[in-house]
Amino acid sequence: MLSALTPGLLWRRLFALCLLLVTQQIAAADAELPLAALQGLDFKAKSAAITAIAESGSPRAVTVLNALLDGRLLMRKADSRMVIVANSDAKPAISDALDGSDLGSEELVNLKKVVINNQLRLVLRGALARLGLANPDRAARLAAVESLAADDAPGTRAALTEALPNEHDEGVRRAMEVVLALGDIADADEAKRLAAVKTVSGSMLGEVRNRLAPLVAKDAEGKPLEPSMDVRVAASAAIREIDDRRAHYELVQTIFFGLSLGFVLVLAATGLAITFGVMGVINMAHGEMMMLGAYTTYVVQQAFPAHIEQSLFIAIPAAFLVAGGVGIVIERGIVRFLYGRPLETLLATFGVSLFLQQVVRSVFSPLNRAVATPEWMSGQLLIGDALALTWNRLYIIVFSALVFVALLALLRFTSLGLHVRAVAQNRAMARAMGVRAGWVDALTFGLGSGVAGLAGVALSQLTNVGPNLGQSYIIDSFMVVVFGGVGNLWGTLVAGLSLGIANKFLEPFAGAVLAKILVLVFIILFIQKWPRGLFPQRGRAAEG
Amino acid sequence: MKLSIRSLLTSMVAALVVSTTPVRAEDTIKVGVLHSLSGTMAISETTLKDTMLMLIDEQNKKGGLLGKKLEPVVVDPASNWPLFAEKARELLAKDKVAAVFGCWTSVSRKSVLPVFEELNGLLFYPVQYEGEESSKNVFYTGAAPNQQAIPAVDYLMNDLGVKRWVLAGTDYVYPRTTNKILEAYLKAKGVAEADIMINYTPFGHSDWQSIVSDIKKFGSAGKKTAVVSTINGDANVPFYKELGNQGVSAADIPVVAFSVGEEELSGIDTKPLVGHLAAWNYFMSIDDAANAAAIKTWHTFIKNDKRTFNDPMEAHVIGFNMWVKAVEKAGSTDPAAVQKAIIGVETPNLTGGISKMLPNHHITKPVLIGEIQANGQFETVWKTEGLVPGDAWSDFLPDSKIIEADWTEALNCGNYNTVTKKCSGQNYK
Repeated sequence: MLSALTPGLLWRRLFALCLLLVTQQIAAADAELPLAALQGLDFKAKSAAITAIAESGSPRAVTVLNALLDGRLLMRKADSRMVIVANSDAKPAISDALDGSDLGSEELVNLKKVVINNQLRLVLRGALARLGLANPDRAARLAAVESLAADDAPGTRAALTEALPNEHDEGVRRAMEVVLALGDIADADEAKRLAAVKTVSGSMLGEVRNRLAPLVAKDAEGKPLEPSMDVRVAASAAIREIDDRRAHYELVQTIFFGLSLGFVLVLAATGLAITFGVMGVINMAHGEMMMLGAYTTYVVQQAFPAHIEQSLFIAIPAAFLVAGGVGIVIERGIVRFLYGRPLETLLATFGVSLFLQQVVRSVFSPLNRAVATPEWMSGQLLIGDALALTWNRLYIIVFSALVFVALLALLRFTSLGLHVRAVAQNRAMARAMGVRAGWVDALTFGLGSGVAGLAGVALSQLTNVGPNLGQSYIIDSFMVVVFGGVGNLWGTLVAGLSLGIANKFLEPFAGAVLAKILVLVFIILFIQKWPRGLFPQRGRAAEG
Repeated sequence: MKLSIRSLLTSMVAALVVSTTPVRAEDTIKVGVLHSLSGTMAISETTLKDTMLMLIDEQNKKGGLLGKKLEPVVVDPASNWPLFAEKARELLAKDKVAAVFGCWTSVSRKSVLPVFEELNGLLFYPVQYEGEESSKNVFYTGAAPNQQAIPAVDYLMNDLGVKRWVLAGTDYVYPRTTNKILEAYLKAKGVAEADIMINYTPFGHSDWQSIVSDIKKFGSAGKKTAVVSTINGDANVPFYKELGNQGVSAADIPVVAFSVGEEELSGIDTKPLVGHLAAWNYFMSIDDAANAAAIKTWHTFIKNDKRTFNDPMEAHVIGFNMWVKAVEKAGSTDPAAVQKAIIGVETPNLTGGISKMLPNHHITKPVLIGEIQANGQFETVWKTEGLVPGDAWSDFLPDSKIIEADWTEALNCGNYNTVTKKCSGQNYK
């Protein structure tokens, strides 16, 4: 053996030894992050490990904790090495959790996830928020401070006190002072309490009102719990201000909820306003056209799994064409033989709706399909400090309004629109003037169905994509069209919005079930008095 | 034109009719499968029909029962409650089936109950339900409230320290009864009236904006808040979507659901749901040899290894195996003999325990709490020690506390009042 030890080999061995020592040292430095304790099912140990990682001061702490929170921290089964995966593919790219070095990619089956539960998520969020106080991004710092308001972990106060002198942004400083003052509200010293109440008043942070409430509470004998008059007065003034502003925000929010429900109803009903309103066809398959639109969205997302963010822009024209095409087939195949026989049209289209549902059940299975929501449609828009509007609803309001305007323009300014209106007003005369009534009928029905398909794309972002999607909207659609006045698009808009807002204002008092009943009763009474709806068609056209 | 309508109708009928394996041997034992294959409930019930076909197929491979082959008779009650009763009558009177496995909603069970009692059939009902019932002819293999709702509330109260409660449900019999029991239970535990918010929504409710906003407001009062959800079926998806959009995370306000299983999750984008809870007696993710074998058989049978296995399916597995054992024990498929033989029959469940049929026609089950994972599965975070016996009549409602159900010789009654010592004539309420 010794004879084989040539000088060259010796040097190489020595070098390897040095390398080994160095790497071991690096490993020793990294071992301060107790990653091993995260494995297993001992959640107490895990919680302690998270706190230790957060307080280690390691530059990797934030990355590791974020990965843990997102479920991207895994253990490689082969060598028990902790790794962070980049995405949720079957064979994701992985990097070392300790030093961030690239480790290539690994089959998901060879990795074991670090399991966390809700308590750990809270601990993690607190730890990340404390670390986030040093984040260079102002919004991230502000969010970190606000999420620390309800966090009574021992390190929180110290972290805030430490960060306050280094904070240069006015808004973040103010938030920090409020959160720090919250801790003083229950202090034994009266002057401190009073100062704390003065500091927090005017802040809309959710926790502020909860902490102020005990200051104005009374015990069983009606005596105030707070001994100092000054503190009581200051606290009740602060609470009153918060309540006033909350009531104001709530009103705006309820109107927004109502508008968004209203615009969904309008979107669902505009297609019907054309087939039922303009053509007079009681189309029971209208809901299934929406269902087809929603399934088209699903198919588009399946076809381009890498482009979920853009999928809706492809789905919108695709859904219009699919639903419109099916609509034309239904009109040419069935409805055109039944004009002037409303009862038979109703039964035939009802049959078509059952048929389409069962087709979807056979092709896609009776289970609901998961349609992903693009990132830009999730979450909410924060206005001021307490008003939050969800993005998906905002986009749907805009989309619905655009569809409505486009349709209005189409009927008003294009030759197709002219023909549609002509045929709706007087079929015989229009034909005498050279309008191909049959062709116009088919296109109108296709247009109405296509718009229903567009509604389906929007609904796929709000509700289930399943065979029953259409059924849940068909009644509401008819209600809106009838209430608004058959044959009038503006009526549909006004009716949809007013029903939506009425519903949302009734809901808090009456509950969702009773609100719906009240709205229905109102519509029945309204139709008794004004059978032609809000905006009835006048003149000779109305007779036909 | 008439032709085209007729062809439409024929293809519809063709799509509705499910082909059954035509074993036309002289001697077969017929097993009825009464699950909706069309309409609203098809989403949940179609899978149970397939589960039954799989179980019968497996039993036939093992040589059948009492030396005879089993023959499934599948009917489609189309999510239509009165049709359930008609189809049940057809199965019992015309097809003379030995036992029926079926129903999902409580209202469908209530609809077939008189038929089963009149014709003395056997029904195995695999879904968790509100309790307050024990029929001589029905075997409840799903969870009673004390096997799902009560342990879930205990978990939230003791392990998560929840102080404020939102009881949200769809407006029908199961949520209303369950919430009544839960409300009584919470009050008995010292929860104040002001800390309980009860909310009902219509079937298929899709606009959750104001309700989620109310829950948020209710939960911002400084005490740990949780939502106990008996929201049914389809309405869950928009509810969870709205929770995600309004920024309510499981760490702030956890939602524990009694009707959301692996099957329902397969139709949802689960990212915003991670950490929300469900209480069941079975999870597909349970690490157990019997479970792995059952899932493998299911994937082979359905020819798709993406399909999920869920709690009601496990209930059918247990119920079917219990029936098979009882028939072997009795040596006949005669309902009266099987009813007598099945009480006390034990069969392994898929979570590593042995379930037993109790005298009140309910079974023993473990209770598991799971957190939803990003892959649509549940990770068990809590489970009961041992199995919990199903209680037909809740001990937390004053009216039903005094009622007992026992179908052995001792009592032979499903609705026995221990105070007046009377068996109320009807087998169901």
